[in-house]
Amino acid sequence: MEITQMGIAGTMESSDIMIRLEPKETEGIELNLSSSVMQQFGKQITRVIMDTLKELDVDKVTVTAVDKGALDCTVRARVSTAVHRAANDSNYRWRTKG
Amino acid sequence: MEQTTINSIPHIEEIHAQHGEFSGVFPQATHTFSERMLTMNKILPSIEEAIKRVGLKDGMTISFHHHFRNGDYITNMVMDVIARMGFKDLTVAASSLNDVHAPLIKHIENGVIKHIETSGMRGELADRISHGLMDFPVVFRSHGGRAAAIESGEITIDVAFLGAPSCDPYGNANGYSREQDNAASCGSLGYAKLDASHARNTIILTDHIVRFPNAPFGIPESNVTYVVKVDAIGDAQGIMSGATRFTKNPKELLIAKQAAEVIEASGYFYDGFSMQMGSGGASLATARFLREKMERNNIKCRFALGGITGQIVDMHEHGLIERILDVQSFDLIAAESLKNNRFHQQIDASYYASYINKGAAVNQLDFVVLSALEIDVNFNVNVLTGSDGVIRGAIGGHPDTADGASLAVVVAPLTRGRIPTVVKKVNTVVTPGAIIDVLVTDQGIAVNPLRPEIRERLIKAGLPIFSIEQLEERAERIVGTPQPIQYHDRIVGVVMYRDNTIIDVIRQVKDPDEF
Repeated sequence: MEITQMGIAGTMESSDIMIRLEPKETEGIELNLSSSVMQQFGKQITRVIMDTLKELDVDKVTVTAVDKGALDCTVRARVSTAVHRAANDSNYRWRTKG
Repeated sequence: MEQTTINSIPHIEEIHAQHGEFSGVFPQATHTFSERMLTMNKILPSIEEAIKRVGLKDGMTISFHHHFRNGDYITNMVMDVIARMGFKDLTVAASSLNDVHAPLIKHIENGVIKHIETSGMRGELADRISHGLMDFPVVFRSHGGRAAAIESGEITIDVAFLGAPSCDPYGNANGYSREQDNAASCGSLGYAKLDASHARNTIILTDHIVRFPNAPFGIPESNVTYVVKVDAIGDAQGIMSGATRFTKNPKELLIAKQAAEVIEASGYFYDGFSMQMGSGGASLATARFLREKMERNNIKCRFALGGITGQIVDMHEHGLIERILDVQSFDLIAAESLKNNRFHQQIDASYYASYINKGAAVNQLDFVVLSALEIDVNFNVNVLTGSDGVIRGAIGGHPDTADGASLAVVVAPLTRGRIPTVVKKVNTVVTPGAIIDVLVTDQGIAVNPLRPEIRERLIKAGLPIFSIEQLEERAERIVGTPQPIQYHDRIVGVVMYRDNTIIDVIRQVKDPDEF
């Protein structure tokens, strides 16, 4: 998906993550992450954000993420929502288990 | 009497008659006792004057108590005076330290404080020490361990600076006042009592001087060298809340409810039992669920020990708890009760938990409910360092009560946000797993394999029992696997067990940019 505008998802509440996506001129993903659990889970959060962006074919974006201890499922959901908002796309590809 | 007479007393050299013979009396004081109190007393005009009179020297040990919690003005006030007077290399042996004590950082940097002994610390001071502020490692002791170290002389307190909400001109001090209802109150002075009785010099700092005798008193005048009046001893808001907040967190309520079920089924819930509830939402809430069971089954508690809250007081006033032993009052209701209820007894830290005191009250406990920052698969508990390895807590009476009680129950959520509580290995061992019997989480209960009979009883009662490894795996499945904390080799803290043997050390943490 192509990022055409700013897209925000999530809150600054405990156990949530706030994702802000902005269009970027050049190729690549620029990620600025701050987290209350940086030491213990910084790498893991980075991995989940990058994987989610890749799954949605996003490769030109600036990401600002403020994490307050969100679980992986929350990180994925917030990133995915922010991408759809930033791409102005409501064609959600819902996935169901099994 | 002639000299020859004294020398003719048999064994005179062995009966300590070094003061010689009677040589007359001093002029008798004839003014009233009320007049006398105003001038012939222990009151000095300033902290500085008191420090001069007791002869404080570089390298000595001074002590403070933590009954004013985060509202304490005394420690910072006294340290500022000491720094201004130019003293160096002091040991601060505080019963505990809090966020409010961040100004100690500058006294450490300036060499006024060389070493700290405490039950715990939080906030900026703790953070800086975790990052290597001090050359000397901080020694962390439990309340009972500290009491034992003071009794045995391992810690010699040269000067104790003890804040008191009321004191008379001769040093009878207490955590409340029967004279003035508006006085700032902290209830029990349990930790201060012990310092006063063993320190070489005790200086009471108070904002309320009342008429002699300030009875009942927590600290007797016989333990007090000088009294100094100060404008304020602390911020009443920070010293204590009106009533300990009753948790509304559904997770904590669920844990508390399960903990009460565990206690009921454990075999230690009988008419005449004894208990302590640790601080923390879930452990305090356990008392409420236990109360319902006591009322339903007509069971009474012989005594409740520890940090006392309004809930315990209410049970006492309704005849459910016969005696309260109070080393530290957690809220104003507890402080009021100490003042008004005959069978709510103030006790000192040794009476509470010293291992060299055979009758210590913790040794008479049937059960204790304790909280934990972390607990590992060997049931070791950490209440001192956070998941990032930084100091942010206090040992308190954790190992003392866990060891003393027949049943030690730890209550904790399985995870806090993304931080697992049940882990493979705790960052810092404060209480060894061998004395922890049951872990109650919001997602199941685990029983220490050392107590198979307890496990049997809980299963029979239909409680959800897992192995602690199962709970650990469950936590990890939810939050993922945390990366291990990175430390420098340097040791910044030494953790002592209740018998003052070294159970663990705390190392300097690395900042993310040092990885």
